[in-house]
Amino acid sequence: MASTIVTFELGGREVEVMVKPMTTLQSVLRNQLGFTATKEGCRQGGCGSCTVLVNGEPMMSCLLPVEDVAGQRVTTLESITPAEGLHPLQRAFLDANAFQCGYCTPGMVMISKALLDHDPAPSDDDIRQALTGNICRCTGYRPIVRAVQAAAEAMSDDAGEQAR
Amino acid sequence: MARLRGTGIAAVNYPTGMNLGGDPSQALIHATTSGSFVVSLSATDLGQGLRTAIGQIAAETLGVEYDQIVIDTADTDTGPHDMGTYASRATHRVGNAVIAAATEARGDLLNVAALELDAAVDDLELDGHGNVTVKGAPARTAKLADVAANAQFKYGRMIAGRGSFMKPKSPVDPETGAMDPDSTEAHACTVAEVEVDTETGEVAVLSIRSAYEVGRQVNPALVQGQIVGGAWMGMSHALYETTAPYYPAVDHSPKDFSEYLMPGTLEMPEIECVVLEVPSSNGPYGVKGIGEMTANSPIPAIINAIYHATGVRIDDLPVTPEKILLGLEAKHRGLS
Repeated sequence: MASTIVTFELGGREVEVMVKPMTTLQSVLRNQLGFTATKEGCRQGGCGSCTVLVNGEPMMSCLLPVEDVAGQRVTTLESITPAEGLHPLQRAFLDANAFQCGYCTPGMVMISKALLDHDPAPSDDDIRQALTGNICRCTGYRPIVRAVQAAAEAMSDDAGEQAR
Repeated sequence: MARLRGTGIAAVNYPTGMNLGGDPSQALIHATTSGSFVVSLSATDLGQGLRTAIGQIAAETLGVEYDQIVIDTADTDTGPHDMGTYASRATHRVGNAVIAAATEARGDLLNVAALELDAAVDDLELDGHGNVTVKGAPARTAKLADVAANAQFKYGRMIAGRGSFMKPKSPVDPETGAMDPDSTEAHACTVAEVEVDTETGEVAVLSIRSAYEVGRQVNPALVQGQIVGGAWMGMSHALYETTAPYYPAVDHSPKDFSEYLMPGTLEMPEIECVVLEVPSSNGPYGVKGIGEMTANSPIPAIINAIYHATGVRIDDLPVTPEKILLGLEAKHRGLS
Protein backbone atom coordinates (compact mmCIF):
# COMPACT_ATOMS: atom_id res chain seq x y z
CA MET A 1 0.00 0.00 0.00
CA ALA A 2 1.06 3.55 -0.63
CA SER A 3 2.67 5.69 2.03
CA THR A 4 0.68 8.46 3.61
CA ILE A 5 1.64 11.68 5.31
CA VAL A 6 0.75 11.90 9.00
CA THR A 7 0.89 15.10 11.03
CA PHE A 8 0.87 15.24 14.81
CA GLU A 9 2.09 17.40 17.67
CA LEU A 10 5.32 16.29 19.36
CA GLY A 11 6.56 18.19 22.38
CA GLY A 12 4.66 21.30 21.36
CA ARG A 13 5.80 21.30 17.72
CA GLU A 14 3.99 20.02 14.69
CA VAL A 15 5.78 17.18 12.92
CA GLU A 16 5.01 15.57 9.59
CA VAL A 17 6.13 12.08 8.59
CA MET A 18 5.64 9.88 5.56
CA VAL A 19 4.88 6.30 6.62
CA LYS A 20 3.80 2.94 5.30
CA PRO A 21 0.46 1.79 6.75
CA MET A 22 0.65 0.33 10.29
CA THR A 23 4.03 1.89 11.05
CA THR A 24 4.10 2.28 14.84
CA LEU A 25 4.49 5.60 16.65
CA GLN A 26 7.47 4.07 18.45
CA SER A 27 9.24 3.29 15.18
CA VAL A 28 8.51 6.78 13.83
CA LEU A 29 9.83 8.43 17.00
CA ARG A 30 13.09 6.49 17.03
CA ASN A 31 13.82 5.81 13.38
CA GLN A 32 12.36 8.77 11.51
CA LEU A 33 12.48 11.59 14.04
CA GLY A 34 15.54 10.58 16.10
CA PHE A 35 13.64 10.75 19.41
CA THR A 36 15.47 7.79 20.95
CA ALA A 37 14.44 8.18 24.60
CA THR A 38 11.40 6.02 23.84
CA LYS A 39 12.71 2.46 24.00
CA GLU A 40 11.87 -0.67 22.07
CA GLY A 41 11.65 -3.60 24.49
CA CYS A 42 9.22 -6.37 23.56
CA ARG A 43 7.28 -4.84 20.65
CA GLN A 44 4.14 -6.51 21.95
CA GLY A 45 2.92 -4.20 24.70
CA GLY A 46 4.35 -6.37 27.46
CA CYS A 47 7.13 -4.28 29.01
CA GLY A 48 6.16 -0.61 28.99
CA SER A 49 9.59 0.68 27.90
CA CYS A 50 7.92 2.44 24.93
CA THR A 51 5.40 4.37 27.06
CA VAL A 52 4.55 7.87 25.78
CA LEU A 53 1.65 10.20 26.48
CA VAL A 54 -1.02 10.83 23.83
CA ASN A 55 -3.19 13.78 24.81
CA GLY A 56 -1.84 13.25 28.32
CA GLU A 57 -2.82 9.57 28.54
CA PRO A 58 -0.14 6.85 28.74
CA MET A 59 0.08 4.63 25.67
CA MET A 60 2.38 1.81 24.57
CA SER A 61 3.79 3.40 21.42
CA CYS A 62 4.95 0.00 20.08
CA LEU A 63 1.30 -1.01 19.58
CA LEU A 64 0.09 2.31 18.22
CA PRO A 65 -0.09 2.87 14.44
CA VAL A 66 1.09 6.41 13.88
CA GLU A 67 -1.98 7.14 11.77
CA ASP A 68 -3.95 6.84 15.02
CA VAL A 69 -2.19 9.86 16.52
CA ALA A 70 -2.81 12.12 13.50
CA GLY A 71 -3.69 15.54 14.86
CA GLN A 72 -3.08 14.39 18.44
CA ARG A 73 -0.63 15.63 21.07
CA VAL A 74 2.30 13.27 21.74
CA THR A 75 4.62 13.74 24.75
CA THR A 76 7.88 11.82 25.13
CA LEU A 77 10.66 11.97 27.70
CA GLU A 78 12.41 14.52 25.47
CA SER A 79 9.29 16.71 25.61
CA ILE A 80 9.29 16.95 29.42
CA THR A 81 13.06 17.42 29.82
CA PRO A 82 13.77 21.12 30.36
CA ALA A 83 16.45 22.85 28.28
CA GLU A 84 18.39 23.35 31.53
CA GLY A 85 18.31 20.87 34.39
CA LEU A 86 15.89 18.01 34.91
CA HIS A 87 12.18 17.38 35.35
CA PRO A 88 11.38 16.68 39.04
CA LEU A 89 10.74 13.03 38.15
CA GLN A 90 14.13 12.75 36.45
CA ARG A 91 15.78 14.42 39.45
CA ALA A 92 14.01 12.03 41.84
CA PHE A 93 15.00 8.95 39.79
CA LEU A 94 18.60 10.16 39.83
CA ASP A 95 18.59 10.90 43.57
CA ALA A 96 17.00 7.52 44.41
CA ASN A 97 19.33 5.62 42.04
CA ALA A 98 16.11 4.22 40.57
CA PHE A 99 17.80 2.45 37.67
CA GLN A 100 20.76 0.30 36.80
CA CYS A 101 20.89 -0.37 33.06
CA GLY A 102 18.35 2.42 32.49
CA TYR A 103 16.45 0.75 29.68
CA CYS A 104 13.06 0.89 31.44
CA THR A 105 13.63 4.39 32.82
CA PRO A 106 12.05 6.53 30.05
CA GLY A 107 8.89 4.42 30.18
CA MET A 108 8.89 4.49 33.99
CA VAL A 109 9.22 8.28 34.03
CA MET A 110 6.40 8.71 31.49
CA ILE A 111 3.97 6.36 33.25
CA SER A 112 4.81 8.14 36.52
CA LYS A 113 4.18 11.53 34.92
CA ALA A 114 0.77 10.31 33.76
CA LEU A 115 0.05 9.18 37.33
CA LEU A 116 1.13 12.45 38.96
CA ASP A 117 -0.75 14.54 36.37
CA HIS A 118 -3.85 12.58 37.32
CA ASP A 119 -3.15 12.34 41.07
CA PRO A 120 -0.52 14.67 42.53
CA ALA A 121 -0.47 12.85 45.90
CA PRO A 122 -0.66 9.10 45.20
CA SER A 123 -0.35 6.52 47.96
CA ASP A 124 2.34 3.85 47.89
CA ASP A 125 -0.28 1.41 46.61
CA ASP A 126 -1.44 3.85 43.90
CA ILE A 127 2.12 4.09 42.62
CA ARG A 128 2.59 0.32 42.63
CA GLN A 129 -0.69 -0.12 40.73
CA ALA A 130 0.28 2.50 38.16
CA LEU A 131 3.62 0.81 37.45
CA THR A 132 2.32 -2.74 36.99
CA GLY A 133 2.57 -2.57 33.19
CA ASN A 134 6.21 -1.46 33.22
CA ILE A 135 8.89 -4.08 33.72
CA CYS A 136 12.27 -3.48 35.36
CA ARG A 137 14.80 -6.31 35.49
CA CYS A 138 17.44 -4.57 37.61
CA THR A 139 16.21 -2.51 40.52
CA GLY A 140 13.63 -4.63 42.29
CA TYR A 141 11.17 -1.72 41.80
CA ARG A 142 11.49 -0.32 45.33
CA PRO A 143 13.86 2.51 44.35
CA ILE A 144 11.47 3.43 41.51
CA VAL A 145 8.44 3.58 43.81
CA ARG A 146 10.47 5.70 46.25
CA ALA A 147 11.52 8.03 43.43
CA VAL A 148 7.90 8.60 42.35
CA GLN A 149 6.94 9.37 45.97
CA ALA A 150 9.83 11.83 46.26
CA ALA A 151 8.90 13.50 42.96
CA ALA A 152 5.28 13.87 44.08
CA GLU A 153 6.46 15.57 47.27
CA ALA A 154 8.91 17.83 45.42
CA MET A 155 6.30 18.86 42.83
CA SER A 156 3.75 19.53 45.57
CA ASP A 157 6.30 21.72 47.41
CA ASP A 158 7.02 23.61 44.18
CA ALA A 159 3.31 24.11 43.54
CA GLY A 160 2.88 25.36 47.12
CA GLU A 161 5.69 27.88 46.70
CA GLN A 162 4.25 29.13 43.41
CA ALA A 163 0.81 29.55 45.05
CA ARG A 164 2.36 31.70 47.80
CA MET B 1 -7.41 -22.95 55.73
CA ALA B 2 -5.04 -20.33 57.00
CA ARG B 3 -2.33 -17.85 56.24
CA LEU B 4 0.81 -19.17 57.85
CA ARG B 5 3.86 -17.05 58.51
CA GLY B 6 7.44 -18.25 58.68
CA THR B 7 10.99 -16.96 58.86
CA GLY B 8 14.01 -18.47 57.09
CA ILE B 9 17.71 -17.79 57.08
CA ALA B 10 20.49 -18.55 54.61
CA ALA B 11 24.11 -17.49 54.10
CA VAL B 12 26.48 -17.32 51.14
CA ASN B 13 30.24 -17.17 50.66
CA TYR B 14 30.82 -16.00 47.11
CA PRO B 15 34.06 -16.19 45.11
CA THR B 16 35.33 -13.20 43.13
CA GLY B 17 36.51 -14.54 39.77
CA MET B 18 37.27 -18.16 39.04
CA ASN B 19 40.17 -20.29 38.03
CA LEU B 20 40.02 -20.74 34.27
CA GLY B 21 43.70 -21.26 33.77
CA GLY B 22 44.75 -17.68 33.34
CA ASP B 23 42.07 -15.06 33.56
CA PRO B 24 43.46 -11.75 32.29
CA SER B 25 41.94 -8.28 32.15
CA GLN B 26 43.77 -5.53 30.29
CA ALA B 27 43.38 -1.76 30.10
CA LEU B 28 44.87 1.05 28.03
CA ILE B 29 44.69 4.69 29.09
CA HIS B 30 45.66 7.73 27.06
CA ALA B 31 45.23 11.47 27.51
CA THR B 32 43.41 13.49 24.87
CA THR B 33 44.41 17.02 23.91
CA SER B 34 41.65 18.38 26.14
CA GLY B 35 43.11 16.74 29.25
CA SER B 36 40.55 13.98 29.61
CA PHE B 37 41.72 10.39 29.95
CA VAL B 38 40.27 7.63 27.80
CA VAL B 39 40.21 4.21 29.47
CA SER B 40 39.90 1.54 26.77
CA LEU B 41 38.51 -1.81 27.92
CA SER B 42 36.88 -4.90 26.52
CA ALA B 43 35.09 -5.65 29.79
CA THR B 44 31.41 -4.90 29.35
CA ASP B 45 29.01 -2.93 31.51
CA LEU B 46 25.89 -5.11 31.76
CA GLY B 47 23.99 -2.28 33.41
CA GLN B 48 25.43 -2.90 36.86
CA GLY B 49 27.59 0.23 36.75
CA LEU B 50 31.04 -1.10 35.82
CA ARG B 51 31.82 2.04 33.81
CA THR B 52 31.05 4.22 36.82
CA ALA B 53 33.10 2.14 39.27
CA ILE B 54 36.05 1.84 36.89
CA GLY B 55 35.89 5.58 36.14
CA GLN B 56 36.12 6.27 39.87
CA ILE B 57 39.13 3.94 40.24
CA ALA B 58 40.89 5.53 37.24
CA ALA B 59 40.24 9.07 38.56
CA GLU B 60 41.50 8.12 42.02
CA THR B 61 44.75 6.63 40.68
CA LEU B 62 45.41 9.34 38.10
CA GLY B 63 44.61 12.10 40.58
CA VAL B 64 42.01 13.78 38.37
CA GLU B 65 38.29 14.54 38.54
CA TYR B 66 35.82 11.75 37.76
CA ASP B 67 34.35 13.73 34.87
CA GLN B 68 37.77 13.86 33.19
CA ILE B 69 37.55 10.09 32.62
CA VAL B 70 36.04 8.62 29.47
CA ILE B 71 35.37 4.86 29.59
CA ASP B 72 35.47 3.23 26.18
CA THR B 73 34.17 -0.34 26.09
CA ALA B 74 33.21 -0.07 22.45
CA ASP B 75 34.59 -3.12 20.74
CA THR B 76 36.02 -6.45 21.89
CA ASP B 77 37.57 -6.95 18.43
CA THR B 78 39.85 -3.94 18.73
CA GLY B 79 40.09 -3.24 22.48
CA PRO B 80 42.66 -4.66 24.89
CA HIS B 81 41.84 -8.23 25.88
CA ASP B 82 39.46 -9.15 28.67
CA MET B 83 37.99 -12.49 29.65
CA GLY B 84 34.64 -10.84 30.30
CA THR B 85 32.12 -9.67 32.84
CA TYR B 86 31.21 -12.81 34.78
CA ALA B 87 31.90 -14.54 38.11
CA SER B 88 31.57 -11.11 39.81
CA ARG B 89 35.12 -10.46 38.61
CA ALA B 90 35.01 -7.25 36.59
CA THR B 91 35.47 -4.51 39.20
CA HIS B 92 38.22 -6.58 40.87
CA ARG B 93 40.18 -7.66 37.79
CA VAL B 94 39.59 -4.66 35.54
CA GLY B 95 40.08 -2.34 38.50
CA ASN B 96 43.53 -3.82 39.13
CA ALA B 97 44.42 -3.50 35.42
CA VAL B 98 43.22 0.11 35.38
CA ILE B 99 45.27 0.98 38.47
CA ALA B 100 48.37 -0.36 36.68
CA ALA B 101 47.57 1.55 33.48
CA ALA B 102 46.71 4.74 35.36
CA THR B 103 49.92 4.54 37.39
CA GLU B 104 51.96 4.42 34.17
CA ALA B 105 49.95 7.24 32.57
CA ARG B 106 50.33 9.34 35.70
CA GLY B 107 54.10 8.88 35.39
CA ASP B 108 54.02 10.22 31.82
CA LEU B 109 51.83 13.09 32.92
CA LEU B 110 54.16 14.09 35.73
CA ASN B 111 57.21 13.88 33.43
CA VAL B 112 55.63 16.41 31.07
CA ALA B 113 54.40 18.55 33.96
CA ALA B 114 57.99 18.61 35.27
CA LEU B 115 59.10 20.14 31.94
CA GLU B 116 56.22 22.61 32.01
CA LEU B 117 56.87 23.74 35.58
CA ASP B 118 60.66 23.36 35.45
CA ALA B 119 60.62 21.14 38.52
CA ALA B 120 61.64 17.62 39.53
CA VAL B 121 58.97 14.96 39.18
CA ASP B 122 59.25 14.10 42.86
CA ASP B 123 58.40 17.70 43.76
CA LEU B 124 55.04 17.65 41.94
CA GLU B 125 51.64 16.85 43.37
CA LEU B 126 48.20 16.43 41.81
CA ASP B 127 45.31 18.04 43.65
CA GLY B 128 42.70 15.57 42.36
CA HIS B 129 40.82 18.44 40.72
CA GLY B 130 42.69 18.72 37.44
CA ASN B 131 45.76 20.71 38.56
CA VAL B 132 49.42 19.88 39.10
CA THR B 133 51.48 22.00 41.48
CA VAL B 134 55.04 22.20 42.74
CA LYS B 135 55.01 21.18 46.41
CA GLY B 136 55.36 24.20 48.65
CA ALA B 137 55.02 26.63 45.73
CA PRO B 138 51.29 27.06 45.07
CA ALA B 139 51.93 29.72 42.43
CA ARG B 140 53.80 27.22 40.26
CA THR B 141 50.79 25.33 39.01
CA ALA B 142 49.40 24.10 35.71
CA LYS B 143 46.11 22.70 34.54
CA LEU B 144 46.33 19.07 33.46
CA ALA B 145 44.37 19.95 30.34
CA ASP B 146 47.18 22.33 29.34
CA VAL B 147 49.85 19.78 30.28
CA ALA B 148 48.12 17.15 28.14
CA ALA B 149 47.79 19.49 25.17
CA ASN B 150 51.40 20.67 25.44
CA ALA B 151 52.60 17.07 25.75
CA GLN B 152 51.36 16.50 22.25
CA PHE B 153 51.82 19.85 20.50
CA LYS B 154 54.94 21.19 22.26
CA TYR B 155 56.91 18.09 23.31
CA GLY B 156 55.64 15.51 20.83
CA ARG B 157 54.87 13.06 23.62
CA MET B 158 51.98 10.75 24.37
CA ILE B 159 50.61 10.41 27.89
CA ALA B 160 49.54 6.78 28.12
CA GLY B 161 49.57 3.69 30.27
CA ARG B 162 49.17 -0.06 29.91
CA GLY B 163 47.78 -2.34 32.58
CA SER B 164 47.20 -6.06 32.81
CA PHE B 165 45.98 -8.15 35.69
CA MET B 166 45.85 -11.91 35.72
CA LYS B 167 45.26 -14.44 38.41
CA PRO B 168 47.48 -17.33 37.34
CA LYS B 169 46.07 -20.81 37.04
CA SER B 170 46.17 -22.61 40.34
CA PRO B 171 47.18 -26.28 40.10
CA VAL B 172 45.18 -28.83 42.04
CA ASP B 173 47.11 -30.86 44.61
CA PRO B 174 46.49 -34.45 43.45
CA GLU B 175 46.69 -35.75 47.04
CA THR B 176 44.43 -33.30 48.84
CA GLY B 177 42.49 -31.57 46.04
CA ALA B 178 43.60 -28.24 47.48
CA MET B 179 43.71 -25.30 45.09
CA ASP B 180 43.25 -21.53 45.05
CA PRO B 181 40.38 -21.05 42.63
CA ASP B 182 39.28 -17.48 43.31
CA SER B 183 40.81 -14.14 44.25
CA THR B 184 38.78 -13.30 47.33
CA GLU B 185 35.35 -14.03 48.78
CA ALA B 186 32.45 -11.82 49.80
CA HIS B 187 29.91 -12.97 52.37
CA ALA B 188 26.26 -12.40 53.11
CA CYS B 189 23.41 -13.59 55.27
CA THR B 190 19.71 -13.17 54.49
CA VAL B 191 16.58 -13.46 56.63
CA ALA B 192 13.28 -13.77 54.74
CA GLU B 193 9.73 -13.64 56.07
CA VAL B 194 6.89 -15.23 54.11
CA GLU B 195 3.15 -15.75 54.39
CA VAL B 196 1.73 -18.93 52.84
CA ASP B 197 -1.95 -19.17 51.94
CA THR B 198 -2.82 -22.82 52.59
CA GLU B 199 -5.99 -22.57 50.50
CA THR B 200 -4.42 -21.24 47.29
CA GLY B 201 -0.81 -22.32 47.86
CA GLU B 202 0.38 -18.79 47.13
CA VAL B 203 3.47 -17.45 48.86
CA ALA B 204 3.84 -13.76 49.66
CA VAL B 205 7.33 -12.59 50.61
CA LEU B 206 6.95 -10.00 53.36
CA SER B 207 10.56 -8.98 53.83
CA ILE B 208 14.11 -9.76 52.76
CA ARG B 209 16.77 -8.45 55.12
CA SER B 210 20.45 -9.03 54.49
CA ALA B 211 23.90 -8.23 55.81
CA TYR B 212 26.75 -8.11 53.27
CA GLU B 213 30.52 -8.05 53.68
CA VAL B 214 31.80 -6.92 50.29
CA GLY B 215 35.26 -5.47 50.84
CA ARG B 216 35.75 -1.79 50.07
CA GLN B 217 32.76 -0.17 48.37
CA VAL B 218 33.83 1.86 45.35
CA ASN B 219 30.29 3.22 44.98
CA PRO B 220 27.88 2.58 47.88
CA ALA B 221 24.79 3.55 45.83
CA LEU B 222 25.66 0.95 43.19
CA VAL B 223 26.29 -1.68 45.89
CA GLN B 224 22.90 -0.90 47.44
CA GLY B 225 21.31 -1.16 43.98
CA GLN B 226 22.88 -4.57 43.40
CA ILE B 227 21.67 -5.88 46.75
CA VAL B 228 18.09 -4.63 46.45
CA GLY B 229 17.75 -5.66 42.80
CA GLY B 230 19.41 -9.00 43.54
CA ALA B 231 16.97 -9.70 46.38
CA TRP B 232 14.13 -9.22 43.90
CA MET B 233 15.84 -11.54 41.40
CA GLY B 234 16.32 -14.18 44.10
CA MET B 235 12.65 -13.95 45.05
CA SER B 236 11.80 -14.22 41.36
CA HIS B 237 13.90 -17.40 40.98
CA ALA B 238 12.45 -18.87 44.16
CA LEU B 239 8.79 -18.38 43.33
CA TYR B 240 8.23 -17.47 39.67
CA GLU B 241 10.82 -17.90 36.94
CA THR B 242 11.01 -20.90 34.64
CA THR B 243 11.02 -21.47 30.90
CA ALA B 244 9.44 -24.90 31.46
CA PRO B 245 5.66 -25.27 31.75
CA TYR B 246 4.28 -24.46 35.20
CA TYR B 247 1.76 -27.30 34.86
CA PRO B 248 1.94 -30.58 32.92
CA ALA B 249 0.81 -29.39 29.49
CA VAL B 250 3.37 -27.57 27.38
CA ASP B 251 0.65 -25.00 26.58
CA HIS B 252 1.33 -23.55 30.00
CA SER B 253 4.92 -22.62 29.23
CA PRO B 254 5.72 -18.98 28.49
CA LYS B 255 5.76 -18.22 24.75
CA ASP B 256 7.74 -15.00 25.03
CA PHE B 257 9.02 -12.46 27.53
CA SER B 258 5.58 -10.96 27.99
CA GLU B 259 4.32 -14.29 29.36
CA TYR B 260 7.48 -15.09 31.33
CA LEU B 261 6.43 -14.76 34.93
CA MET B 262 8.23 -12.43 37.34
CA PRO B 263 7.11 -10.56 40.43
CA GLY B 264 6.06 -6.97 39.80
CA THR B 265 5.53 -3.89 41.89
CA LEU B 266 2.57 -5.39 43.76
CA GLU B 267 4.57 -8.40 44.99
CA MET B 268 7.56 -6.47 46.26
CA PRO B 269 8.54 -7.15 49.88
CA GLU B 270 10.36 -4.88 52.28
CA ILE B 271 14.04 -5.08 51.34
CA GLU B 272 16.70 -3.90 53.76
CA CYS B 273 20.44 -4.37 53.92
CA VAL B 274 23.48 -3.39 55.89
CA VAL B 275 26.94 -3.42 54.35
CA LEU B 276 30.17 -4.18 56.19
CA GLU B 277 33.51 -3.29 54.62
CA VAL B 278 36.49 -5.59 55.19
CA PRO B 279 38.90 -4.67 52.37
CA SER B 280 40.40 -7.56 50.40
CA SER B 281 44.17 -7.86 50.17
CA ASN B 282 44.30 -8.14 46.37
CA GLY B 283 41.40 -6.10 44.99
CA PRO B 284 41.70 -2.52 43.71
CA TYR B 285 41.52 -0.38 46.87
CA GLY B 286 40.28 -3.51 48.69
CA VAL B 287 37.36 -4.38 46.41
CA LYS B 288 35.55 -7.73 46.41
CA GLY B 289 33.00 -8.79 43.85
CA ILE B 290 29.32 -8.15 44.51
CA GLY B 291 26.95 -9.12 41.76
CA GLU B 292 25.76 -12.66 41.31
CA MET B 293 25.79 -13.37 45.04
CA THR B 294 22.95 -10.93 45.71
CA ALA B 295 20.43 -13.29 44.09
CA ASN B 296 21.76 -16.34 45.96
CA SER B 297 20.96 -16.28 49.67
CA PRO B 298 17.40 -14.90 49.25
CA ILE B 299 16.38 -18.17 47.52
CA PRO B 300 17.17 -20.68 50.30
CA ALA B 301 16.06 -18.11 52.89
CA ILE B 302 12.62 -18.02 51.25
CA ILE B 303 12.51 -21.83 50.92
CA ASN B 304 13.46 -22.18 54.61
CA ALA B 305 10.77 -19.65 55.57
CA ILE B 306 8.18 -21.69 53.66
CA TYR B 307 9.31 -24.78 55.57
CA HIS B 308 9.12 -22.87 58.84
CA ALA B 309 5.59 -21.71 58.02
CA THR B 310 4.15 -24.98 56.69
CA GLY B 311 6.47 -27.87 57.46
CA VAL B 312 6.65 -28.50 53.70
CA ARG B 313 10.22 -28.92 52.42
CA ILE B 314 10.47 -28.03 48.73
CA ASP B 315 13.65 -28.65 46.72
CA ASP B 316 12.48 -27.91 43.19
CA LEU B 317 12.27 -24.31 41.90
CA PRO B 318 10.20 -22.33 41.33
CA VAL B 319 7.85 -22.94 44.26
CA THR B 320 4.50 -22.89 42.47
CA PRO B 321 1.23 -22.86 44.42
CA GLU B 322 0.71 -26.43 43.18
CA LYS B 323 3.90 -27.63 44.87
CA ILE B 324 2.81 -26.04 48.14
CA LEU B 325 -0.66 -27.64 47.97
CA LEU B 326 0.74 -31.07 47.03
CA GLY B 327 3.22 -30.79 49.89
CA LEU B 328 0.50 -29.81 52.36
CA GLU B 329 -1.68 -32.69 51.17
CA ALA B 330 1.18 -35.19 51.50
CA LYS B 331 1.90 -33.89 54.98
CA HIS B 332 -1.79 -34.12 55.90
CA ARG B 333 -1.89 -37.75 54.79
CA GLY B 334 1.24 -38.47 56.76
CA LEU B 335 3.26 -39.18 53.64
CA SER B 336 6.11 -36.91 54.56
